[in-house]
Amino acid sequence: MLIIWVIVLTSKQLTKISKANLLNDENARGIIFQALLLCAIGVGLYWLIDNTVTNLDNQGKSLGFDFLSSTAGFQISQTFGTWLLDYEVGQSTYWDVYLIGIANTFLVAILGIIAATVIGFTMGIMRLSNNIIFKSFATTYIEVLRNVPILLQLFFWYFAVLRAMPSKREKFELIPDVAGLNITGLYLPAPVPEQGFGVVFLALLFNVPLVFFLRLWAKRKQEQTGQFIPIFWLSAAILILIPTVVYFVMGSPLSWEFPEFKDTGPMLRRGYQSGLGMLVVPEMLAVWFALSLYTAAFIAEIVRAGILAVSKGQTEAASALGLRPNFTLRLVVIPQALRVIIPPLTSQYLNITKNSSLAVAIAYPELVSVFAGTALNQVGKEIEMIFMMMMVYLTFSLLTAAFMNWYNSKVKLIER
Amino acid sequence: MRQTDKSDPRSTSSISSDAYVRETEAPYLPPPPSEVGIKGWLYNNIFQSMSDFSSPAASMRSLLVAMFTVFVFYFFATQLYGLVDFALLSAVWSDADGVKRQACWTVEQGGSLPEGWHGACWPYIFAKTKFILFGAYPLEDLWRVKTTYLVGSLLLVWVLIEPLPYRKLASLLLLVVFPMFATLMLTGGGFGYSQTTVGLYTLLGLALITLRRLGIAGRLTGVFSDLASVSGIAGWTLIFIAAFMAIIGHDFGLTNIDTRDWGGLLITLVVAITAIVASLPLGILLALGRRSQMPIARTLSIVFIEFWRGVPLITVLFMASVMIPLFMPEGVNFDSLLRALIGVTLWQSAYMAEVIRGGLQAIDKGQYEAADAMGLTYWQSMRLVILPQALKHVLPGIVNTVISVFKDTSLVSIVGIFDLLGATQSTLADAAWSSPVQSPTGYLVVASVFFFFCFGMSRYSIYLEKKLDRGH
Repeated sequence: MLIIWVIVLTSKQLTKISKANLLNDENARGIIFQALLLCAIGVGLYWLIDNTVTNLDNQGKSLGFDFLSSTAGFQISQTFGTWLLDYEVGQSTYWDVYLIGIANTFLVAILGIIAATVIGFTMGIMRLSNNIIFKSFATTYIEVLRNVPILLQLFFWYFAVLRAMPSKREKFELIPDVAGLNITGLYLPAPVPEQGFGVVFLALLFNVPLVFFLRLWAKRKQEQTGQFIPIFWLSAAILILIPTVVYFVMGSPLSWEFPEFKDTGPMLRRGYQSGLGMLVVPEMLAVWFALSLYTAAFIAEIVRAGILAVSKGQTEAASALGLRPNFTLRLVVIPQALRVIIPPLTSQYLNITKNSSLAVAIAYPELVSVFAGTALNQVGKEIEMIFMMMMVYLTFSLLTAAFMNWYNSKVKLIER
Repeated sequence: MRQTDKSDPRSTSSISSDAYVRETEAPYLPPPPSEVGIKGWLYNNIFQSMSDFSSPAASMRSLLVAMFTVFVFYFFATQLYGLVDFALLSAVWSDADGVKRQACWTVEQGGSLPEGWHGACWPYIFAKTKFILFGAYPLEDLWRVKTTYLVGSLLLVWVLIEPLPYRKLASLLLLVVFPMFATLMLTGGGFGYSQTTVGLYTLLGLALITLRRLGIAGRLTGVFSDLASVSGIAGWTLIFIAAFMAIIGHDFGLTNIDTRDWGGLLITLVVAITAIVASLPLGILLALGRRSQMPIARTLSIVFIEFWRGVPLITVLFMASVMIPLFMPEGVNFDSLLRALIGVTLWQSAYMAEVIRGGLQAIDKGQYEAADAMGLTYWQSMRLVILPQALKHVLPGIVNTVISVFKDTSLVSIVGIFDLLGATQSTLADAAWSSPVQSPTGYLVVASVFFFFCFGMSRYSIYLEKKLDRGH
């Protein structure tokens, strides 16, 4: 104690003596500080790497990505990814497993993004409604779903709702003979493209640039002459009619494979027959519901804030200029609201993608579950596999961030 | 009453004889019936959006809105009633006969409840309350957890309620002394760190603080004087660590309780609070680094922040549980809770940094310039001028981050730590209480606890926003 006291006193004494600084150049100080910082981080990294190398040596492991070409010996439940890559036990490699994980992650993320956007915009607008039923419903929805962890919601959908579905030998019919649900999943008709469907698809693809150029032309025409050309119905017709016509000309080259349900015959053969129709596994449904309903609550708040951010003066000014309410909304309110909405909306989309990794908790075969879970347990290449897994999310995040920066610079208010 | 001024010639000349001048005040008319009373309220709040029948299109729209309203009302009402019915009206409240799971079985399943019954099974929750709240923490030592809760919540209330005196002291106690106290109480302490290490840390810390004091007085040459200001922070951190080690190293005669026996709400609170408290200073440093003029420091901060923000928490937890043992020298063994804590803290600090950066950016440039003009060094101007304003500015944002980390703690259950959700989930596997309503009941309880905390914090955040909003 005495020593401490002496040191404190001495330091107080020393502080009283002042002297001019010798090296007062800010740049020099900056350089030295950064050099020290780099040294510290270098030493830290060296320590970590050294430890890792020693530990790996002790466990008799080596670094390397050779394992990617060896075959994976485990079953992955039937999902989009396994269908896409034709997964077969004993044939497919760990690289295939990686790709299946990525495919399943993005499938559920994209479905989640679509559903969350629809629900979120509906709820956000409902919360601003002056109809108290809409308003209170949306408020309750938002507050409840926002304040309960998404993992819990995932468990709720999976263990409490989907486990309560009818057993394997029974069904809960959504559309008689077309779609049904039981504990093994959701059975839907599967589209089977036949000869000539490629042409229909091409027609569909060809229409998109057509409509785009039509819009461009109409816009230019309006800017030059002031004449407004209503192209909405025309573009809708182009988008829907042309492929429909081509479809029938080609002789309806798409048939549907319906799921088949047997409730007669031997007991063990009853229920939905495997391999017929499209099966959506319950894990996927649970992840999809949980992700979209949870994120929709956040999107609703973003939408509400965005709409409120457009001041009333804008609407009034638009009506004063003689714009009809429809145009006021489309040309004045929505573009300004979107400027506020899109950046946080993008980060919510990113959140959906990242949160889809929670599916590992209910064993939906997405990236974390199938690659960092099952495959990691089999191969034991912790460093490489976790690195590969993180890279997927990181790449996607950085790409999204780059898009956001581009968008922000595009819509930024040009100030005087 | 209007009085005609006779003395003013203009008033007589400008108003001709047949001009009408109101002699009495117009009577106050009652507001239109559509604006007041129940009818008015109903019109304004429900029927306004569906009362336009001026054109076919408008009537169509009104009809659609009306139908949608009825649908939403029906859905909302049935859901709410369903919840109340499940949780209260139809619920089984006691298991008087001690038959456990059969108390919540219908006749069909072999119990005594009517067919089609669907309600909460509260006896199951009552039987598992201790596990849901504390996990496998030994019963005879539960007082330690309770004391920690009590002390923590008292300090928190003291800090949050404004009229109370000595709030600065309370926050110091909460942030510095309470973590040591909580660690000691929860783990039991007695880790027996060597006295020399503690002493060495103390001495090093004091030396660094001395360096800083010398720097302030300008007794050091340029380079060192600038570094000295950083060394002050480092010194205090070292002393904090030394004190921490001294306290949890000392044997107070408490039984050691392994973190594997912790569980339930206890883990949720420990992970959330540690992550929040530890990520705040880290976040501040990272935010300052990202805004700094020094290219290397800035790049490193950006890389760090973007890396952690770019990956999902679950991969961070996987990494922490699988890779931290590889990173550590032989013989150093972190238990799984500590690994998860490190992961969550690093991840959270990146988010915290971005929130704080928002605050730093919102500070007027004049503030930075004024601080420079006063001759303050970088760290002084940050500590005395910039950070107090910036942190105050983003306090609601920080509370929102706290809410999200509180919810995200539930993810540790995936790496095998029994937090509130994980503990409840594991009680669902208990066959003694197995029934179809078991999992909905369990999830309802967990959801209510999380809702209680998160909703409470979000209200506090809104209150803060209103309080800090100075209307400009």
